[in-house]
Amino acid sequence: MERSLNYGGTDDLILEATELRLGLPGSDGHEKQSPATANHVMRNNKRAAPQGMSEEPRFKRISNESDIASNGDPDCEPPAKAQVVGWPPIRSYRRNSFQQKKSTDQDDGAGMYVKVSMDGAPYLRKVDLKFYKSYPDLLKALENMFKFAVGEYSEREGYNGSDFAPTYEDKDGDWMLVGDVPWDMFVSSCKRLRIMKGSEARGLGCL
Amino acid sequence: MQRMACSFPDEVLEHVFSFVQCDNDRNAISTVCKSWYKIERWSRRRVFVGNCYAISPDMVIRRFPDVRSIELKGKPHFADFNLVPDGWGGYVAPWISAMAAAYPWLEEIRLKRMVITDENLELISKSFKNFKVLVLSSCEGFSTDGLAAIAANCRSYLHCRNLRELDLRESEVEDLSGHWLKHFPDDYTSLVSLNIACLGCEVSFSALERLVGRCPNLRTLRLNRAVPLDKLANLLRRAPQLVELGTGAYSSELRPDVFSNLSGAFSGCKELKSLSGFWDVVPGYLPAVYPICCRLTTLNLSYATIQSPDLIKLVGQCQNLQRLWVLDYIEDAGLDAVAASCKDLRELRVFPSDPYGPEPNVPLTEQGLVSISEGCSKLQSVLYFCRQMSNAALMTIARNRPNMTRFRLCIIEPGTPDYLTLQPLDVGFGAIVEHCKDLQRLSLSGLLTDLVFEYIGTYAKKLEMLSVAFAGESDLGLHHVLSGCEKLRKLEIRDCPFGDKALLANAAKLETMRSLWMSSCSVTFGACKLLGQKMPRLNVEVIDERGTPDSRPESCPIDKLYIYRTVAGSRFDMPGFVWTIDEDSAMRLS
Repeated sequence: MERSLNYGGTDDLILEATELRLGLPGSDGHEKQSPATANHVMRNNKRAAPQGMSEEPRFKRISNESDIASNGDPDCEPPAKAQVVGWPPIRSYRRNSFQQKKSTDQDDGAGMYVKVSMDGAPYLRKVDLKFYKSYPDLLKALENMFKFAVGEYSEREGYNGSDFAPTYEDKDGDWMLVGDVPWDMFVSSCKRLRIMKGSEARGLGCL
Repeated sequence: MQRMACSFPDEVLEHVFSFVQCDNDRNAISTVCKSWYKIERWSRRRVFVGNCYAISPDMVIRRFPDVRSIELKGKPHFADFNLVPDGWGGYVAPWISAMAAAYPWLEEIRLKRMVITDENLELISKSFKNFKVLVLSSCEGFSTDGLAAIAANCRSYLHCRNLRELDLRESEVEDLSGHWLKHFPDDYTSLVSLNIACLGCEVSFSALERLVGRCPNLRTLRLNRAVPLDKLANLLRRAPQLVELGTGAYSSELRPDVFSNLSGAFSGCKELKSLSGFWDVVPGYLPAVYPICCRLTTLNLSYATIQSPDLIKLVGQCQNLQRLWVLDYIEDAGLDAVAASCKDLRELRVFPSDPYGPEPNVPLTEQGLVSISEGCSKLQSVLYFCRQMSNAALMTIARNRPNMTRFRLCIIEPGTPDYLTLQPLDVGFGAIVEHCKDLQRLSLSGLLTDLVFEYIGTYAKKLEMLSVAFAGESDLGLHHVLSGCEKLRKLEIRDCPFGDKALLANAAKLETMRSLWMSSCSVTFGACKLLGQKMPRLNVEVIDERGTPDSRPESCPIDKLYIYRTVAGSRFDMPGFVWTIDEDSAMRLS
């Protein structure tokens, strides 16, 4: 059924404004996206962009989010992919019901973002603990993020040979040295991270 | 007035009309002649308002003076996914005030995605002499204090007021205390349906037990997570006539006495047809429900974080299952089992257990859905979250199930192509709309070009609701849908490169629809202004938390757009981040 643009007197105005023609993609000369090809795949910043993909304005918002996450620092990979608001389309009560569950399963739903502060740094960062598989993984990422070195870990002395000590606040509110408990236990009890610096840090090692 | 030979006395016509319940039919009746219009409006008892801003309460009351049941919907569907900022609107208060005055005999109020306060609830509890049904679906703005008011006033000697149904379906309730349940009077026995599954706090359990025990007509009981498993048996024994049950947390230390108590209680429920709840499932307790599985028609395991083998054992016994909601822990293998055992399945929903994880965590793929489409000949409604899809699978599903009416596919990663060919999924979805001629609802995902919209515009002639995200290439896509889908009522779009052209070229179409939502697209403020000026029966709402659109160039894309038809004009309760455009082309904030 041919729908005529019939709303009394405004036809000209709106037709002119639209100049819509049912031509093939790319044939009307208007500013357009490139036609879909095998390369035309939306990826998040975590994976390499396929060849030939030009800047896609429609995905600007997503790439902006991950730009903010990496803070323009070329060495710093965002710890996890940028999450898009409201995607996947799952009701919040559904999402929340998984987060309430005790993390006894390996795959526990939403990422575990914790704040990371570093003494003397002007702002905090956030990392997704689920993204890392082990302490060396996490520590390397933190070292990259804040540009420091963490030293050698030993059970007896903590982190030796460094002015920095990675610590975390656990569920009971206590500040613990990162590395003492098994990784899984750490992930499930860590509420936030703090990289101590200077004498405070050395103090922990000496206890 | 000249009487036609075939006219009947008003009472006879009214009696005849009483057999016609469907709104569309009653609307048709009312257009026959003035006297039919008059009789019909006086006898209309049920009103459904799909968009609370499409009409004002006064207009409804003026037209239909004696309504007993009202259903109202507020926020757009994408509010479910946090795309509508808080404070946008959907307040039920003006409706309750108006109806409290005009409809003293109102019996039923059903609300969806509306904001209702404790004051509103109190007004409801006191205003309607014969109030029976309150359903609050995905609502917010109230607390357990409001529920206490409803409970306290549910029964009245003076006014034969007897609450039957209190259903809080997925609403957000501020949990102040579980004591609200105690406000049901001791002589109140009329409860038929109670759904408190969304409540976080512990309700007073002894009050709940007593309430359940003294209401012999109770057929639906949906408990909240805080009700422990070891209390469930007692509740069931007090209400063996239950037809629908939602458990609380389904976990407890494995103890033989608790298990046998529970199993016995379930066996005593001979009418039980629907089960839900199942938070925190301890698999050892699942066999307690085995005795009733064969009678189940609805099973909601979408919170049950149990693995495929346990799920298979359970679902494999539900030969009469019509509706299954489950997590993707069921895996393709589990869906194979469902396809083999549940031959009466009409609706399947598979939710993701790890939606934000970068990689698949379970072997659930397109294959599961293909199996279901092959084994379940009555399948009509699908909601499926997965991480990979192929055009071949979609074509198979479409050919297997041309009777499908609702198809919602969510491939978790936006823009995912056919994993076999790396092509867009246009032809797959095209097959769906081509074969499923009665398709009413469709949600798209994956890599999609304008071609899929051409298919939709060409074939989806019965489509009423379409959800689109991260798809399409140009305005042609939107134009195909708006110009081709004759029955389209609701269209919601996010993150697509659709701009002004298709919108303006199809402005008239928008008046035939309930609403259009577009967010993170390329619609400019200039186009919104134009649309608002030229279409007086549309409300064109620009939702933008970045500040007034006037502070940016007119060619700048707006953040969110919500357009809906209305006979009530602009609304007066818009928050600071919503702008609407009037006929006089001045930008209005309320």
